[in-house]
Amino acid sequence: MSPKPNTPNGARLSRREALRRGLCGAAGLVLTQRAGSHAWAAAAPDKAPAKPNAGPQGKVKAKSVIQIFLWGGMSHNDTWDPKPDSGREYMGEFSQVIPTNVDGIQIGAIFPELAKQADKYSLIRSMTHGNNGHETAAYLMQTGHAPGERLAYPSVGAVFALFKSPGYEGIIPPYVVLTKAQGRFSEEGFLGPKFKPFATGGDPNASRFEVEGVIARAITDDRQKARRELLGKMNTMGSAMAASPQVVAAEDAKKEAYGLILGAGKDVFDLSKEKTELRDRYGRHTFGQDCLVARRLVETGVPYVVINYPGGWDTHKNHFQTMRRQVPQLDQGLAMLLQDLKDHGLLESTLVWCCGEFGRGPKVDYQPPWNGGRNHYGKVFSVLVAGGGFKGGRVVGSSDAKAENVKERPVYPVDLLGSIYQLAGIDPAARLPHPMGLEAHVLPAPSESVKSAGILTEIM
Amino acid sequence: MMKTPIISAVVFVATATVAFGASPNLFESPTPPSAANEIDRIVFAKLSSLKIQPVLCSDAVFVRRVYLDVIGTLPTAKEAGGFLRDPNTGSKRSALIDRLLERDEYADYWAMKWGDVLRIKAEFPVNLWPNAAQAYHRWVRASIAANKPYDQFVREMLTSSGSNFRAAPVNFYRAIQNRTPDGIAAAVALTFMGSRVESWPKDRAPGLAVFFSQIGYKPTREWKEEHVFWDPLRSSVPPVATEAPAPTTPPAAGEAPAPTPPPAPSGPLKAIFPDGTKIQLPPDRDPREVFAEWLITPKNPWFTRSVVNRVWAWLLGRGIIHEPDDIRSDNPPGNPALLACLEKELVAGKYDLKRLYRLILNSNTYQLSSMPRSNTPQAEIQFASYPLRRLDAEVLIDAVNQITGTSDLYVSPIPEPFTYIPHDMTAVALADGSITSPFLALFGRSARATGMENERENKPVPAQWLHMLNSSHIQRKLEQSPRLKAIFEAKRKPEETLEELFLTVLSRLPTPEEVQNALGYASAVAPSGSRQGAKPAKTLARNDWIDITWSLINSIEFLYRH
Repeated sequence: MSPKPNTPNGARLSRREALRRGLCGAAGLVLTQRAGSHAWAAAAPDKAPAKPNAGPQGKVKAKSVIQIFLWGGMSHNDTWDPKPDSGREYMGEFSQVIPTNVDGIQIGAIFPELAKQADKYSLIRSMTHGNNGHETAAYLMQTGHAPGERLAYPSVGAVFALFKSPGYEGIIPPYVVLTKAQGRFSEEGFLGPKFKPFATGGDPNASRFEVEGVIARAITDDRQKARRELLGKMNTMGSAMAASPQVVAAEDAKKEAYGLILGAGKDVFDLSKEKTELRDRYGRHTFGQDCLVARRLVETGVPYVVINYPGGWDTHKNHFQTMRRQVPQLDQGLAMLLQDLKDHGLLESTLVWCCGEFGRGPKVDYQPPWNGGRNHYGKVFSVLVAGGGFKGGRVVGSSDAKAENVKERPVYPVDLLGSIYQLAGIDPAARLPHPMGLEAHVLPAPSESVKSAGILTEIM
Repeated sequence: MMKTPIISAVVFVATATVAFGASPNLFESPTPPSAANEIDRIVFAKLSSLKIQPVLCSDAVFVRRVYLDVIGTLPTAKEAGGFLRDPNTGSKRSALIDRLLERDEYADYWAMKWGDVLRIKAEFPVNLWPNAAQAYHRWVRASIAANKPYDQFVREMLTSSGSNFRAAPVNFYRAIQNRTPDGIAAAVALTFMGSRVESWPKDRAPGLAVFFSQIGYKPTREWKEEHVFWDPLRSSVPPVATEAPAPTTPPAAGEAPAPTPPPAPSGPLKAIFPDGTKIQLPPDRDPREVFAEWLITPKNPWFTRSVVNRVWAWLLGRGIIHEPDDIRSDNPPGNPALLACLEKELVAGKYDLKRLYRLILNSNTYQLSSMPRSNTPQAEIQFASYPLRRLDAEVLIDAVNQITGTSDLYVSPIPEPFTYIPHDMTAVALADGSITSPFLALFGRSARATGMENERENKPVPAQWLHMLNSSHIQRKLEQSPRLKAIFEAKRKPEETLEELFLTVLSRLPTPEEVQNALGYASAVAPSGSRQGAKPAKTLARNDWIDITWSLINSIEFLYRH
């Protein structure tokens, strides 16, 4: 139908594609040797007024970020800000604390593994925003902007995808979510669908981690290639209109997709390449294996990985039962992730942060219908940060005797996110490209509605 | 159950092959287009000045296009085949348009489009809450089904008072992120004037906000019920507190931003209409009514213009003023006469929207081929061809589900208890933007946060291709489809099976070349060298048929309106 040169498998061979194949064939480094612009990189702001990475900061310490999001909000006084003298009314069933490997830091006794790693992380015990709605609080914690403005801001991950894509040459999308997107707010905000996180789907704890769209069950590479060739022949209208800009855009995106389906990039999701013993140490549960995949992803240079905790922390009811079930997995996976990053020499360049959108009521609600639950609490809660330029073995701020209010050094969302951006070399004041050209910045400047107590210089 | 339709389909396919086996062009009609109505006279005159000779689309292209555009639904094989075989070539297109305008899916589809613009969503960021989102959507859908005149439709939204559950149009004033007079003014301008206040002279937006400075919101004892009313004395308290004390917060209760009402006015209010006219508001009238009176009249320079431009953009893929919600003096219409003609027609029809649809759909301008006729930017601006656009997320998944006879799960995880939608409901019919699926999110369904047209994002990204080409979601549908199984396993020649498959997926019959390519396909089981011969395979394996169907749903022709 068309006189243009065809590849052996029927697809038209573009200059770019030819260039890429040449490179891959020569070097065999599919993961890093992407030529020219591709769709993930094309994600770079078309007309962003600010130059990416043009912040005042010097060295980029955090090359990658792993964000572990405890959707629903994890209790702070049961976990990383225990108050052993606050009485049963507050402590409920978790009255024990344990020392850590850092003098003077104690955490809840339900975290024996994290207690051995305290030199690698710092705990913020004075995180605060005062918001008790899931979506609004999640929006605050992941954008730093007040909810309810006319603009819908992108999440931290989408901002990373925007600023890190130009220098990122991996074949895996720059913003990956294990395994499901939250879907509570549009993470890409006004940046548009290119900046949506790539949600893997599947279960890394299954015998085969079937990453949705990348690794298909029971379809061999031969069948993939045969199908692709067939599609090339059956795409009658697409071929007849091959020069139309819409068809060109579609074909370019499709080519990128095939780079993952048929390329070597997907090996990063193949956990059988890891030692059985290591997989066991991460824990043979979804969260543990999520952590292992996250390490493999940052190892290949993916700038932003989110683990949405597989299971919620919104424990209005059955609080203590849920905690007993989930905390050991969180403890094992997160502690092992820090250890393993360290062992691979990646902790220095990988920033890890872990928290929910808020904490939970420090006082147990024994009234019906909660019957011993904890409700939403945004006034004060805890965040764990590690690596990527954050110091370990420190505690930032404190809450009062019953973990009800900030006592010292409040940390607001813009302070936490501002610190993360700074360590990653992203200027928090940089302008974001808005489709209508409206003025929008990575983080809001401090104001009455956006409180700030300064970035976390004490642990940077 | 499945037997009867299959047998009739076999009979039909046999006759169909004879009827139009020798079509000269798949996508275009050999008949040169003539001006069918005033729209065409205006558009064709422009095209002729650009030296562009437009070409009509074929019947096969038309039937698919008009189903997707009017009811957001793919024609079934039977519907497509019936249309193609209909010998009344002179009148069958307009007869089909009339039939489609009366279908139930017409109301579903256009309620979805208006739902984007009106931001019908229970949760973040507009926070209508579930009951009100359902009530609002039901009212919008019923208005569309009854073909309520557009002026009345808008007047009800602008001037109603009462409970958000019972007087559903009051939800217009609730489906706004920023429920201050300024925020409401911006939403009114965007929704009903197709204009963005950011582009206005400085005093105009605050002047408009005055009309909305006396809206009261009052909660009742029913959960999330709220009365919206004229409150000249500012007696009502803000609807929700920003920081509810934690222990008393009900589960999963998000908080809407609290509007801060301006202090009670001391003297008579002075407002400014968007055209600059100043007015002192009479103390005995709801200012919303004063504004509605100014807006909703044929003389108003925005009201009629914005809706005809919107409808045109929805059907033709591009506004005469582009973007369709960016009307301002320095963004002139590409063809002012065309816009004026549509305005005149809508006024003459007393704001009957179906009449407007009928006029546009029956024009040969709408029925042009989608093959680009020229590379000049003017060709696009002057509608020289029907623009290629990817199917909306909801339309696309509904089409896949219709072909395969499968369904998707739509869920809203908040508030508890979770909402699950019955499996036979289409995505197009979903009322509430909070009720969703990963597919809808991935394919750019509107977030319904701002009500801007560009919130719906149909540009292709690689992750969407990963999903269509290789996800277990789509593969499972193909493998487990009862409908495809019936087609594959009916006892007939492979050529006939292929024709049925093409009608089902692409609403047309295959070309001889496509027949050869498909029947020559034997998937990965055969060594790759032996595929070159394209020998007529007697029996294609089930997986081969799945792969052929897979290739059709991944074709541009399937994925794009054309």
